[in-house]
Order: sequence, then structure tokens, then C-alpha cells
Amino acid sequence: MTEIGYYPGCALHGSSNDYETSARACLAALGVQLREVTDWVCCGATAAHALNHKLSVALPARNLALAEHDGFREILAPCPMCSMELLKARQEILADEALRAEMSSLVELELRGGVNVLNLVQALQSAGIDRIKAAVKKPLDGIRAACYYGCLLTRPPGVVRFDDPEQPRSMEAIVGALGAKTVDWNYRTECCGAGLTMANEETVLELSHRILTNAAAHGANCVVTVCPMCHVNLDMKQADIERRFNAKHKMAIYYLSDLVGLALGLSEKELGIDRHFVART
Amino acid sequence: MIDAATSGEATAVPADLPAFLDLENCYQCGKCTAGCPVAERMDVVPNQLVRLAQLGLVERARRAESIWQCVSCQTCSTRCPKSVDCAAVIDALRQLSFEKGDAAGSQRRTVLFQEAFLRNIRRNGRLNELELVGVFKTKAFLDDLSIPFLFKDAMLAPRMRAKGKLHFKPDRVKDGGVLERMFDRCLRQA
Repeated sequence: MTEIGYYPGCALHGSSNDYETSARACLAALGVQLREVTDWVCCGATAAHALNHKLSVALPARNLALAEHDGFREILAPCPMCSMELLKARQEILADEALRAEMSSLVELELRGGVNVLNLVQALQSAGIDRIKAAVKKPLDGIRAACYYGCLLTRPPGVVRFDDPEQPRSMEAIVGALGAKTVDWNYRTECCGAGLTMANEETVLELSHRILTNAAAHGANCVVTVCPMCHVNLDMKQADIERRFNAKHKMAIYYLSDLVGLALGLSEKELGIDRHFVART
Repeated sequence: MIDAATSGEATAVPADLPAFLDLENCYQCGKCTAGCPVAERMDVVPNQLVRLAQLGLVERARRAESIWQCVSCQTCSTRCPKSVDCAAVIDALRQLSFEKGDAAGSQRRTVLFQEAFLRNIRRNGRLNELELVGVFKTKAFLDDLSIPFLFKDAMLAPRMRAKGKLHFKPDRVKDGGVLERMFDRCLRQA
């Protein structure tokens, strides 16, 4: 078992607890144990960067400092918004010594900026795609997955430095290793409306409807994501989308770790899939 | 709107926006707006916001309702051929608008939501979802008296509960004092 640091973020400890179950179970099956960063705080999310710039650096900076304090050199932040915010703060701190000093004082912990932040795709990549492929017990024959990257997994590219922001392929490589088919489609990097679910539902329903419609039009029978907000909008809100647009989607939405876990022989319950709103038909 | 603006070259970043924004590099190709998933809903689209900022018409830009329609997806900044960080321009405008207490018109609920979110973090360190829903819905109701909106997601709660997705005993950070001091210092400087 190897152990890596883990920054769950609020979603995975809240209504997206199915994602935490999935990520933990899937990575444990690959020999990776997650240890939580001590007393982590919210990354600030959109609220911080929309309302107060200093807080949008300080909140992630506090978490980076806590992770350093714990002795981690690498932490997994499965939520793409968390991982982007952490990486952005780290980049700004490393580029500006005065800011680093200011933030150290502000977050009341010495901050060096030495902790690397991984997203879930990277955590699976470093576990090894060949190793995943070799460990497959139940190839995912019937799956035709639309790999959905959304916004912040690949953007802004100068901050997250991950895959191609327009034509990413990293999720397809993993899903393909599980014996599943992936489809080519157009909305892989379009936004679902993210955290506006409550405040501006109309926008979220429309953007998410387009994504589900395009995935189905290209032959997908499920959508795969690594983002808790995408999952809420596409899964939990799918019934609202169907009502609003008088459409039938019935599209199962999986976390990437769900599919890897299923292929490794874990059950739907072990992966938290029974907590999704839309079941695969 | 753009035609009505002065035609002189604007180069300096207006004093009320952060200097790192590189506004002068924008040549108004419109790539940001072309890729924006919510541009069709906006009163002032992204390239127009950048132009207003270039011209120093920051008050007009920050009063645009569109800054609160932005979903922060980073497509504009990613695709800009001149590396203008349009999403950061919109963030800077939102921060200024929040500081000045602008009304935000039809996008008022989004401002109330972000404000409630930030207060929630200040109080708990980690998001308490039920508290956020309660506070946000109450504030939105006091603001626009919409009863349908107040009860709109009520039907979701029992389903979420059945799925084990509602937490009545939420997380809270142990060291809340440091968070309180961080918020104090950051918000005072704003």
C-alpha cells in the first residue's frame, strides 16, 4: 500500500459523498491509501474568487501549508475546482516571494509551495494504466462512455498543466483500458453551469441538457466525469432537466473511479453508485 | 456600445482594476465571446467587458449583469490569442461590484448566493450545505418575495436524504480562530 495526501474538499464530504466512497475504494483496490490533510478548510471556490481576490489565494494557501505541515509532497484533490484553486495559489506563491511571505503570515503557517496537487485522472495514471489493465476482472463490455472533462480539469492550461484543453484524451485512455468503448462527441470540454445550480438553475439546466443530448446523439450510454459539480448537475438534476425540456435522457453518470472500480470487480454499493439518482438502463 | 466609446488607444489598466490584467493586449477579435457558453444570455458580452475596462469605463462594466452570469469556466481566457485573462477581468469586476454593493439586477440571486457561501465558510471552515440552502433561500426570499423559488428544491431534500446525501452533523474545522483572522484581514484590505 502506498499512501498519498488527500484533500477531499467540501463536496466530497457533503452531498457528493458517493464520489469519496468511489475514489477511496477504487484507489485502495490499486494499492493507494488516502490520508486526509489535517484540519483542511474550503478552497473558497467561486465565492472567493468572485468576491475577494486575497481570500481566493489565502484559503488554498492555508491548505497547501497544512499539507506541507503534515509532510506530504503530493496530495490528491479529486474535485477539479479545488485542485485548480490549489494549483493557482501555489503558482502565484512560487512566482512571488513577497506574496509567499505575506501568505505565510496570513495563514499562520510557514508556506513553501512545495506540495504538488493531483487530480483523479493523474492519481490513476500514476497508479499505472498498464497495472489497471492487468487488474481488470470484469471488462466493461456494454459500456459506451462519453468522457466528459468539463471546465477546470484542463483549464486554465497555464495553471493546471494537464492534458489538452481542447482535445483531451486522458480519460479515454483509462476507460479504454477497462474494455469499454468511448464515443467521440462535441461537448467534452463544455461547461455544465457548475456551482450556479441553486442561484441560476435555468442556466445549469440548459447547459447540462445540451451536454446530455450531444452525448446520446453520439451513441453514449453513460457519461463519465471526475467533477462533483458536473455529477450533481447531470445526475441529481437530470429529472429537472427532463421536465424543463420535455426530454427523456435516462443517462447514467459515472465518476471515472466508478468505472475503474467496477472493472476491478468492486460492487456498485462499494463504489457508492447506489447513491446516484439515475440508474443505468 | 463599443462605437459610442472613444476611439483613442487605451493602454493603462484603470486604477481600480489590478495591474496584472494586461488589458492593452486585447484587439477585440471576439474569440472569448464566441466560446462563452452563456454569452447569448448576457447584456454585455465578454469582449465588450474587456473593451469597457480598456477604456477606463469600469463603472459601466461592473454594473453589467453579465459579470454574474459568467460560470467561470475559463474558456475565454484559454482561447484568447493574446493571452488576455478575460475570466480574471470578470472576477476583478465582480469583486469591485461586490465591494461597492451594486444591485446586479436580474442576477441578484447569484450575488446573494456567493455571499452566503463565503459567510458559511467563514463560520464553519467547510461548507455546511443545509445551512447554505437555508440562509440563501431566506435572503433571496427577503429580497424578491418569490414563494415558488423559496420552495423550489424542497422536493429534492427527501430524495437526497434517502440517498444518504444530507448531513445533519456537518464537518467543522477545529482551528476556527485562524480562519476568522484570515477573513478579517482579507476583507478589511478589500
